[in-house]
Amino acid sequence: MADKIYSTKLQDTAERNVFVMFVLLMILLSVGGLVEIVPLFYLPDTMEHNKHPEIVWQSKGRPISVANFKVGDSITWKPGDGIRPYTALELAGRDIFQREGCYLCHSQMIRPFRDEKERYGHYSLASESMYDHPFQWGSKRTGPDLARVGGKYSNEWHFQHLMAPRSVVPESVMPNYPWLAEQTVDGETLKKHMEGLRMVGVPYTDADIAAAKQVNDVREVDALIAYLQVLGTMANLKDDVDYRE
Amino acid sequence: MEETKYDFDVVRWFTIMAVVYLVVGTLVGVYIASELAWPFLNFDIPEITFGRLRPLHTNAVIFAFGGCALFATSFYSVQRTGSTSLWSPKMAWFTFWGWNLIIVAAVITLPLGITQSKEYAELEWPIDLAIAVVWLSWGLNFIMTIAKRKTSHIYVSNWFFMGMFVMITYLHVVNSLAIPVGLFKSYSIFSGVQDAMIQWWWGHNAVGFYLTAGFLGIMYYFVPKQANRPVFSYRLSVLHFWALMFGYVWLGAHHLQYTALPDWTGSLGAAVSLAMIIPSWGGAINGMMTLSGAWDKLRTDYILRFLIMSLAFYAMSTFEGPVMSSKTVNALSHYTDWTIGHVHSGALGWVAMVASGALYHLTEKLWNTRMYSAKLVNTHFWMATIGTVVYITAMWVSGIMQGLMWRDYDEFGTLTYTFAESVAAMHPYYVMRAVGGAIYWLGGAIMLFNVIMTVRQASAQRSAAAAAAA
Repeated sequence: MADKIYSTKLQDTAERNVFVMFVLLMILLSVGGLVEIVPLFYLPDTMEHNKHPEIVWQSKGRPISVANFKVGDSITWKPGDGIRPYTALELAGRDIFQREGCYLCHSQMIRPFRDEKERYGHYSLASESMYDHPFQWGSKRTGPDLARVGGKYSNEWHFQHLMAPRSVVPESVMPNYPWLAEQTVDGETLKKHMEGLRMVGVPYTDADIAAAKQVNDVREVDALIAYLQVLGTMANLKDDVDYRE
Repeated sequence: MEETKYDFDVVRWFTIMAVVYLVVGTLVGVYIASELAWPFLNFDIPEITFGRLRPLHTNAVIFAFGGCALFATSFYSVQRTGSTSLWSPKMAWFTFWGWNLIIVAAVITLPLGITQSKEYAELEWPIDLAIAVVWLSWGLNFIMTIAKRKTSHIYVSNWFFMGMFVMITYLHVVNSLAIPVGLFKSYSIFSGVQDAMIQWWWGHNAVGFYLTAGFLGIMYYFVPKQANRPVFSYRLSVLHFWALMFGYVWLGAHHLQYTALPDWTGSLGAAVSLAMIIPSWGGAINGMMTLSGAWDKLRTDYILRFLIMSLAFYAMSTFEGPVMSSKTVNALSHYTDWTIGHVHSGALGWVAMVASGALYHLTEKLWNTRMYSAKLVNTHFWMATIGTVVYITAMWVSGIMQGLMWRDYDEFGTLTYTFAESVAAMHPYYVMRAVGGAIYWLGGAIMLFNVIMTVRQASAQRSAAAAAAA
């Protein structure tokens, strides 16, 4: 009776030999991922800047910016000049954004709908997060989307909001972050972070990385605000251009 | 007698730890749910803010509770279905201690803000390496135990556990590829859109393979055992197994519809998602119909109630999933609490219920006794069911309301509501969700009490019997 085949020969073999089943599973389970992921690395349509190169900033060897707290206060780059890597200060802010789990309540991905355009701005492009390791698109909006929050509020507003959100938005359920005003950024650690990012392809110049030293001892809250203030301001996107055709 | 044939000690420990982590993981969940309802609960303490505790909640329920439940049930059923002992009991103990150390590491690092910030894959690179090693130790032991089985064919529950092993290995390795920049910090080697696709390929298949395929493995062993009937249809199990294995892998893209992910990828993910209702319901039907001719058992067997109710929730949430992945519905539901509700109808209703049933079954078999209190099993059953329903109802209403408020226009063609108004409208539902979660948690605490009392009672009986024999 043990020799009777109840299904197909292949199924029966797999049910009798664990290694056959293992290999079958290895092949079958790789298909979906390969088809959906691998093309994203080489299909030119995936990244909008392949057709619209003007949305990415060309550094031509120039450093991005000295460490500073003001929007666009840069020696070489100003908002709208194009997508660029984060400055040392902004990266320090982004590290804090990750550490505090901000992405769990705030998305950074505006969808191409009328209400999202009016609420948040131009829909997000894939190229806008090309230097984001890892991506911070999020999956939930317990709070509003932050993809284009840069420049919408003053630095003072952000400070007050981070220290005590309900003092400026009474309905808010966001935690207070008072420790961000007490802790400071470590320049040496930040330098290592930038070197790591350069290894995975972010085009930092030596001068960009050297700027990490200047961020040493800056309050964490100021770094975070610098990051928030640059979000969505890099590329000058035009309403009459269809970036995703 | 059974002790000499099988290695059950490690299974006993995994069983107890699974129940402990169920209580701990849902308690953290109730706390963060309460933080959304009453933000003062963040207390200005960094380690307990929502953003840091939420990864702890998801990791605790998925990997601590889910992992221990999967290891307990798989190490048990692979021995029973193969009529053989474990290939390496020592390696099984390595899996036990390794996995629990990883959980301790998670409990320490996540509240400190040490995170890769990829959902359900937050643990930093040294812990990721440890996970890979411990995971492979389980898989190798499991497969080699199948290889040395004394039966001719491999039983269906083991197919599902194997599918889970292969896929989770792929997912964990690829999604965790990162460049370390310090002992506690790394950056994903992928960026932007590619990173997003890889993350949700992982994210959805942590659900599809860890929480679905693995728990279907549990279902295929424990439902027939508890009902004392053979599986309804062998053919159906073959068909839905291979369809589920092939199809689930494609679904991740439906998490990124209308985002900057190319449209072809999102649409492909949505199309396969719609088709997935067939293999999903194949499993649900196969499990439920196993009871045909024995439905009366549900009146007296409280453990069986857990198993069958879990299949009802499974069928419901695998219907809801394809609906939510269709583009029209997704445009509304994405970014809202509806997603959270959907996850919990699966997690509370399906995963934790089928695991609870299996863990009760295991407790009786492993300690060779009956539950300390059958009444408390029934109490737990009703608390779990009611808690789940309260939770998911709150999230349905709040999620759909949120989606509708965000896109609502007044007669002048301007947005009717500010974002803050939609947050204020959530409050009653956040309270209701916390209450539903608390009911569910209390049910789990009752289970832990019941299991501990059962084990104590069994040991007392054993020592009394030994004394009498002497």
